Amino acid sequence: MAIFVAKMLINSMSRKGVCSKLKGVDDLLMSRMGPIITGGIVGALAALLVKWGNPGNMGICVACFTRDIAGALGLHHAAVVQYLRPEIAGFILGSFISALLSGEYLPRTGSSPLIRFFLGFFAMIGALVFLGCPWRAYLRLAGGDWNAIPGIMGLITGIVLGIVFLWKGYNLGRAYEVKKGAGYIMPAAAVLLLVMVILKPTFGAGGTAGPIFFSEKGPGAMYAPFAIALGVGLLVGWLAQRSRFCTVGAIRDLVMLRDPHLFNGVVAFIIMAFVTNFVLGQFNPGFEGQPVAHTNSLWNFMGMVLAGLAFTLAGGCPGRQFIMSGEGDGDSAVFVIGMLVGAGFAHNFSLASSPSGPGAFGPAATIAGILFCLTVGFLMQDKFE
Amino acid sequence: MNEPVVVDAKGLSCPQPILETRKALSKVEEGTVEVLVDTVTSRENVARFARNKGWNVTLEDHGDWHKVILTR
Repeated sequence: MAIFVAKMLINSMSRKGVCSKLKGVDDLLMSRMGPIITGGIVGALAALLVKWGNPGNMGICVACFTRDIAGALGLHHAAVVQYLRPEIAGFILGSFISALLSGEYLPRTGSSPLIRFFLGFFAMIGALVFLGCPWRAYLRLAGGDWNAIPGIMGLITGIVLGIVFLWKGYNLGRAYEVKKGAGYIMPAAAVLLLVMVILKPTFGAGGTAGPIFFSEKGPGAMYAPFAIALGVGLLVGWLAQRSRFCTVGAIRDLVMLRDPHLFNGVVAFIIMAFVTNFVLGQFNPGFEGQPVAHTNSLWNFMGMVLAGLAFTLAGGCPGRQFIMSGEGDGDSAVFVIGMLVGAGFAHNFSLASSPSGPGAFGPAATIAGILFCLTVGFLMQDKFE
Repeated sequence: MNEPVVVDAKGLSCPQPILETRKALSKVEEGTVEVLVDTVTSRENVARFARNKGWNVTLEDHGDWHKVILTR
């Protein structure tokens, strides 16, 4: 059905000559300039989203937004971080539509899905010990939060650890094409999230007990207007699907293959976020008092070692995983579900950090996660087939 | 003329197709290497990697999979 609609759209646009103009834009996004254009636009939009209502240095944070969704769905009860972020639904739907229109929609799965679930689970725990995914690490840097520096150093360390395993023959095996309908689950879930954020259904006593929870204070209560958040999400989903923008693949390819193709996009992302923050008066350099951040450098570093390693073993950053889930990649979808469940555990079991520092069991969970990833990296090498 | 070396990278996720291609290219000084992939992303990545290494790249579309032909 969706493919039929996409073909109708393409036919209609062909008649109006829109296709040739779009083809030019598409060729540009698929060229070496693609990641740079995407990074620049997304960096600027991320800073603007803060102006429009999102939390400080959190215009876009794939991990934090997934955590907020987990809270809104009642998977954890941290009352300050519960909101169905429309940006995330937009990522999936933007990518889905883009993949349909470009003929790249390809439902596939079967590449060690259970391992990918736990990589997503632990990647989320690492990100919530740092308080941000790689996207937010760069955005925190671009906003003057110097606590991001140990986080980014940890991210690079985690990625390099992952590269060591890749050189040694690590891989999660092949995925196989499945029926078209298998790829509709994530876009359908995204639509359902959008419906729920509009309808805000509450079935409990007095209409206050869920099942959908919304923060009344804290970061979960800070958000851009629905239409803007969704619009940005759709745009980012489209841009990132076409350009393959990936904040972890950027460093991996630079270090492993000496290929700066994706890394240029991350540089553009940081520069444009910095420039926009500076113009908007959102650049506040320092360590203390940064929004949704703590100053414990050791666990900022270690949390991102875990996240960087898990993302590298899974083949891409959290944003890329959402984008691929929209293209029909069932293994990325499983990774994303792992992130969602990990977010629930992170807050239910005092693993996530807060502005006052790491959670009571955050450091232990980080070490456990790193050990899990090292074991996966070791056991999933070709020599053990 | 030597038979082309064939690398079947269908179903492998990023960055495996590049790593498999790299392994094959390291064993072939000149000749033809054919890399089979099933996503456009893998096709682009392999093609870009090979071009950077000085190989000529030709693309063949086979519907639900692609052949990236590398020659030198």
